[in-house]
Amino acid sequence: MKILVCISNVPDTTTKVRFVDDYKKLDITGIQWVINPWDELSLTRALELKEDPSNNIQTVTVAHVGLVSAEPTIRKALAIGADDAIRINAEPSDSFFVAAQLAQVLNTESYDLILCGIESSDFNGSSVGGMLAEFLGYPSVSSVSGVKVENGQFFINREIDGGKEIVSITTPAVAIVQKGIAKEPRIAAMRGIMMARTKPLKVLEPTAMESLTEVVGYEMPKPRAACKFVDSENPRQLIELLQNEAKII
Amino acid sequence: MSVLIFVENWDGKFKKLSFELISYGAKVAEMLNTEVVALSVGYVEESELVKLGNYGATRIISAVSDNMNVFDSQAYTSIIADIAKQEHAKVIILSNNNSGKAVAPRLSVSLKAGLGAGVSKLPLSIDPFIVYKKVYSGNAFSNLMIKTDISILTLAQNSFELIETANNAGITKVVIDWNGLSVKTKVIEVQKQSGKILLTDADVVVSGGRGMKSPDNWPPLAELADLLGAATACSRPVSDEGWRPHEEHTGQTGKIIAPNLYFAIGISGATQHLAGVSSSKFIVAINTDKDAPIFSAAQYGIIGDAGKVLPKLVEAVKELKGK
Ligand SMILES: Cc1cc2nc3c(=O)[nH]c(=O)nc-3n(C[C@H](O)[C@H](O)[C@H](O)COP(=O)(O)OP(=O)(O)OC[C@H]3O[C@@H](n4cnc5c(N)ncnc54)[C@H](O)[C@@H]3O)c2cc1C
Repeated sequence: MKILVCISNVPDTTTKVRFVDDYKKLDITGIQWVINPWDELSLTRALELKEDPSNNIQTVTVAHVGLVSAEPTIRKALAIGADDAIRINAEPSDSFFVAAQLAQVLNTESYDLILCGIESSDFNGSSVGGMLAEFLGYPSVSSVSGVKVENGQFFINREIDGGKEIVSITTPAVAIVQKGIAKEPRIAAMRGIMMARTKPLKVLEPTAMESLTEVVGYEMPKPRAACKFVDSENPRQLIELLQNEAKII
Repeated sequence: MSVLIFVENWDGKFKKLSFELISYGAKVAEMLNTEVVALSVGYVEESELVKLGNYGATRIISAVSDNMNVFDSQAYTSIIADIAKQEHAKVIILSNNNSGKAVAPRLSVSLKAGLGAGVSKLPLSIDPFIVYKKVYSGNAFSNLMIKTDISILTLAQNSFELIETANNAGITKVVIDWNGLSVKTKVIEVQKQSGKILLTDADVVVSGGRGMKSPDNWPPLAELADLLGAATACSRPVSDEGWRPHEEHTGQTGKIIAPNLYFAIGISGATQHLAGVSSSKFIVAINTDKDAPIFSAAQYGIIGDAGKVLPKLVEAVKELKGK
């Protein structure tokens, strides 16, 4: 069986975001780009599954829609342990566009399980995985917190309001993953970094496709009012403020 | 033309979030000068369905089947898409919760309709259709233009007030051909935690970080939560260490919540933590370090040792709430 992990290239999660061009574009000076945290965890889980021979998983491939500037992030995924990578050479304009490009890969190459993160930490769209599944007519399971294989069949844990469910799914399928899928993201070792240089990275040209949405401007969050401090010896005052001033308890 | 709202039910009941969705949808419909159709999928009693009318639904469609046995994203997408076509929906609204996130993107492709995920305000304009949503995990917001005729929105939880209206809604029943949908997922096992307030539903959340020092120090925190009818939460290291269950982890890589009141106790306020809680209406921080970043996000703060402050807070709540 084969697994495909879709990865997004995002600013490091501690980035202080700033905008240029009258709040129309992200200021990319000094930004460190990383694999989207969810995608890093998906990749980690895919590699764990592959390492257990009884799961019978031959390859783990990563796919990314983006320009050549994202290649260091793709190489990092290879260094962590992916076998090969595909980059679709296009500016990722919106999630519909990205999903359509990824679907193209799946039209020529087949994978049993496709993993996507529940959201990217830049656009917080929670969209690509579900869109990709719909383009392909595959089933999808979202809010996935665990994946395992038993007798060639995928079993998926998903979070539901107030609990968990284990579901089985027929392949090919898309799993959209969140917390729990893997404990810690795997870190590239020196050997992995050396090997990544020679692992195959295939570049495909995009298919013609429009985007359905467009960011017309950004805004910064409204600054919060300064914090009002209460004496630690008298927490009662805090409760009074919450009751009488904020009126929330 | 219509605004179509997908309202999920939990064991046949709606929640505050369902009524938030309808209230929001009713305002969007007002902007478009059109009607509000609520779509409920799965068996819900009429006395419950009719409640949707109290928040502005003008028509309620109840789609049912005796054979439905799993929440299958593909099948639900197909059910909602069919109704959307039939109702000439101009805007389709879902919650930005587990099921909304599962279905909305599929619906976007199925109807070729642009998706605004996690909107937290009414559309800024309707022609062009521009929505307001969080980006960069709460470090910024975007004005997103949806370029298609039909728009799909998922509404961030707890971002819109309930608005009651006169109820004159009618209910239409539709029977779903579930077996014809060739469902490809099957539920093997369900594990429900019962009796607890869900973190994502809670109006008040009391959360502890590494500054709580040890899992043994949780009882006063839990007691405070109990007294306030609050859910308990924690920072990532706390759940990583196994001090608290994983379900309680809030932040960028955990649960994203928006309660009215969030207590951050012994939590430094790292950007990744704030990404999950910054939409709270009020944040209260208790921390020994006066320079902890959490105080920049909080409206109320106590500089002090959680171990000493918490028991006093518990006493104060008992006293003041008792009155
Ligand atoms: C990709 C990525 C994703 C992440 N996602 C998340 C996430 O989803 N959620 C999350 O929480 N973190 C996340 N983190 C981790 C995050 O960066 C912080 O490390 C974490 O939030 C810190 O947790 P904390 O505040 O409990 O602990 P600390 O940073 O150790 O802070 C403890 C605080 O307690 C205070 N303190 C100490 N003693 C006391 C006392 N006796 N009384 C009161 N206060 C005291 C200290 O002054 C300090 O401010 C993520 C990190 C990365 C890299």
